[in-house]
Amino acid sequence: MKVLVPVKRVIDYNVKVRVKADGSGVDLANVKMSMNPFDEIAVEEAIRLKEAGKAEEVIAVSIGVKQSQETLRTALAMGADRAILVIATDDVHQDIEPLAVAKILKGIIDEEQPGLVLAGKQAIDNDMNATGQMLAALTGWAQGTFASELDVDGDTATVTREVDGGLQTIKVKMPAIVTVDLRLNEPRYASLPNIMKAKKKPLDEKTPADYGVDVANRLEIVGTKEPEARAAGIIVGSVDELVEKLKEAGAV
Amino acid sequence: MQFGLSEEQEMIVSTVRSFVENEIYPHEAEVERTGQVPHELGEEVKRKCIDLGFYACNFPQEVGGAGLSHLDFTLVERELGRGSMALTHFFGRPQNILMACEGEQRERYLLPAVRGERMDALAMTEPDAGSDVRGMKCQARRDGGDWVINGSKHFISGAEHADFFIVFIATGEDDTPKGPKKRITTFLVDRGTPGFDVREGYNSVSHKGYKNYILAFDNCRLPDAQVLGEVDGGFEVMNTWLYATRLTVAAFCVGRARRCFDLALEYSAERKQFGQPIGKFQGVGFQIADMITEIDAADWLTLAAAWRLDNDLPSNREIASAKLYASEMLARVTDTSLQIFGGMGLMDDFPIERFWRDARVERIWDGTSEIQRHIISRDLLRPLGA
Repeated sequence: MKVLVPVKRVIDYNVKVRVKADGSGVDLANVKMSMNPFDEIAVEEAIRLKEAGKAEEVIAVSIGVKQSQETLRTALAMGADRAILVIATDDVHQDIEPLAVAKILKGIIDEEQPGLVLAGKQAIDNDMNATGQMLAALTGWAQGTFASELDVDGDTATVTREVDGGLQTIKVKMPAIVTVDLRLNEPRYASLPNIMKAKKKPLDEKTPADYGVDVANRLEIVGTKEPEARAAGIIVGSVDELVEKLKEAGAV
Repeated sequence: MQFGLSEEQEMIVSTVRSFVENEIYPHEAEVERTGQVPHELGEEVKRKCIDLGFYACNFPQEVGGAGLSHLDFTLVERELGRGSMALTHFFGRPQNILMACEGEQRERYLLPAVRGERMDALAMTEPDAGSDVRGMKCQARRDGGDWVINGSKHFISGAEHADFFIVFIATGEDDTPKGPKKRITTFLVDRGTPGFDVREGYNSVSHKGYKNYILAFDNCRLPDAQVLGEVDGGFEVMNTWLYATRLTVAAFCVGRARRCFDLALEYSAERKQFGQPIGKFQGVGFQIADMITEIDAADWLTLAAAWRLDNDLPSNREIASAKLYASEMLARVTDTSLQIFGGMGLMDDFPIERFWRDARVERIWDGTSEIQRHIISRDLLRPLGA
C-alpha cells in the first residue's frame, strides 16, 4: 500500500505573526516557514505504518510556492520515500484554496493509487479544516477526520476521532482519507543519516495544469485583524475582595 | 561566493536546534540550581543523540561517525551553543585527537568513544602550566619498559563522566639556545588505573553542572601501549588535532549569543517605560543594532574559518580571530542584554544572568584572548622578520 501525505509550508508556529498594513493578510516576507505541525504528525504516522510493515511507500506532496521544496525535503529526511512538488504560484502571499488543493490531490491520487491519504486536520495558517473533507467528496472515499488513534488492518482502518465531549471510534473502508489531530503521535526529528539521504530521494516537479486544475482564488479576503489585546488584570488584597469582584463580574 | 546553507545544512541546523529546544532547555533550570546532571538524564540525552545518528558526528564514516565537514560540524556546535553545556556534553563529540589511535587502541578507545560506550576527557592544563604548556610539571619517567607518572592536572572538563583520559605529560627536556624545552607525550589513561585519581575541582561561576576536575598521578604505572602517537610527539599530536577546538568555542559563542539576543530583542519590544517600548528609545535601539551586527560578524568569521579548514587553506590565524572575536562578542552581547533587562536581568528568573556568567570563561579556555592575539600577530609579523 502507498500512503500519500500532503504537507503544507506555513509560517513557523514560533513566529509572532504580523498583520500586513493593508489588512490583506499576514506578512510572510523574510519570516521563518516550516511544515504545518499537523502535517508533521501525518508524515510520522505514515512512516510508522511503513515501519510496521503496513505500508510499502510514503509519498509526500506539497502544493504552493517553489520553496515548498524545503518542506518536502524535511518530510524526506523524516523518512518519506519520495516527493511531489506542485508549483502552483510564485507569490508567497497567495494561499492556494482548499478546493483547488483537493482537486490537485485527486489528480495525484488517480495517478498514484494510494491506499490511504494521511493529512493534517488543518493548516495552522488559515485554519480552514476543509481539504481532507473535500478530497473525500471528490474521490468518493471514506473519511475519518481528527484522528487521535489509527489502526490499519487489511482493508479497514479504525479511527478514533476527537469530537466535542469525547472520543468516537469509527471503522472506515480503505482506501480512505484520514485527517490527523494533535494527539496521534509525537513526530520524530530528522536523523542525520536520513538528512544526508533526503537529497538523493526523488522529488518530482509538477504544475496545476498537469492535473487540469485552475488555482485562481475564489475567496476574497476583506480584512485581517490582530486579536484584541487582553485587558490588564488586577491584584486583589484578600479572599473577600476576590469573591466580591467575582460577584460583581457575575462569575459566581 | 555562496553565502547560503545547503538544504542538508538547513536540516542539520533545524534538527539540532529543535533537539536543544525540546530536550535540553526544559532541564536547564534544574541543572543550574543543583549544579548536577542526573545520571539518567545524561544517559537519555546520549541515547537520543545516538538514535539520531548525531553522536560523534565529527568523526569520519570509516570509524562509525557521520563524516561531517568542519563547516557542517561548526553549524552543529553553533546550535548546541544555545543550550546548557552541562547537558549538551552528552550530545557526544569525542575529541577528534582519538583519530591518532593505532592498532588495538582503536578497539579500546576510538571505536567505543564513537559508539558512545566510553566517554573521554582531555587533560593538559596544570596549576603552573596554563597558556605556557611547556611549564608542565606532570612527568613520566622510564622504569623498565613502562612509564611511571607523577604530578597533577586541573580544570579538567568532562572528567566526571569520562571513562578514560587523554593526558599530555612531560617525558623529558632538551637544552636549546633559548633554554630548556620540555618534551611532551600524549597518554591514554583509564579511570581506575592504580596510582591515578580523579578529584573534585573548583566551583566555577561559568557553566554550572559542567564541572572541572583535578587529576592526580602518584607513581601511576603505564605501559607503552598507552602512548597516543609517538613518544615525545605530544606537540605533533596537539598541532594535528587540537587546532579545531578553538573553532568549537567560537561556534558555541555565536549560538549562545543569538539565544541571548532573541530574549533581549523581545524584551525591548515588550517592556514599556515612559509610555513606550524601551526598544523605541535610541539608547536601547542602537544597542540592539550593535549586537546583531557583531553576532553576524562573528558568525561569518567562524563559518569562514571552518570553510578554510575544509578547503585545506591555512586557517590558524583565521580560527584564532574567530575564537577571539566570538568570545569577546559574547561578553558584550550578554552584558548589554543584561543591561536591557535591568534589575530583572540579574535575577535567576531569567536565563540572562547565567548567559552572562557562562560567557566569562569563553575568553579564557582553549587559549585566552591574549594567546589568540599572540597567534594572530605572530602569524602576520613573523614572515616580516619581526
